[in-house]
Amino acid sequence: MISSIWQVDPFREVMRLRNEMNRLFSGFTYPFEEVYPAVNIWLNEEGAIVTAELPGIDIEKLDISILNDTVTISGTREEEEKKGRESYHRKERMAGKFSRTLQLPFKINGEKVEARYEKGVLKLILPREESEKPKKIAIKSS
Amino acid sequence: MEKERITAATRVNEEKQNRKVYVPKVDIYETGDGMVLLVDMPGVDEKTVDVTLNRNVLTIQGRAEAEKFEGYSLAYTEYGTGDYQRAFTISDEIDRDKIEAVVKNGVLKITLHKAEQAKARKIAITAG
Repeated sequence: MISSIWQVDPFREVMRLRNEMNRLFSGFTYPFEEVYPAVNIWLNEEGAIVTAELPGIDIEKLDISILNDTVTISGTREEEEKKGRESYHRKERMAGKFSRTLQLPFKINGEKVEARYEKGVLKLILPREESEKPKKIAIKSS
Repeated sequence: MEKERITAATRVNEEKQNRKVYVPKVDIYETGDGMVLLVDMPGVDEKTVDVTLNRNVLTIQGRAEAEKFEGYSLAYTEYGTGDYQRAFTISDEIDRDKIEAVVKNGVLKITLHKAEQAKARKIAITAG
């Protein structure tokens, strides 16, 4: 799923709100999220920072790929030591494969992307392609 | 335990007023000799999570620092950062002195063991 941060899709907005409500009340309702992982995007002229909530991920099983102006986060969230689990009382945590593609408003310089995973949060620093950076035009007076 | 124990929970309580509280997602499953709770708490580490047992209520509290990046502005948001809180009632069968809690990559794992007397015992049947 490609989601552009420039288009405000009313449906997505409603889903986001629903997810937010689910998070607040997930003790009462059965949580269900269409998009995984949830992300926050920060921008400036130099590029973007994307943070994603990915608790309990094995970084070996996490893939980040850049193509033009899109970044794809995909991987598997596996349950450790499956055996020995006799019965579940609750199962709310997401498990299995996931993939998410985000479209940024600029071309990403794939060479300079930095990724860090800390405390279950993935942080991607996505610099803008040099040629795409806004140029200041000097105005000459005649 | 110690009288002046400054815990993550105290810090959480102090600033609770203006922070959002999220209910973390959990998996709870039984194992042969007890129960395991897996709690998703991204942004939390061993310093910012607290597990307390009061009578038979097991309370999990955590605190995730708000993300802030100098020179950047937040353009799009799907999740918020704040406090986590959730409580569970545990049965008397649980050995209260043998509760283990480990936090790794934003996932809190709490292992509860069944008390000796509550463990299922196999009764040997002898032919009469």
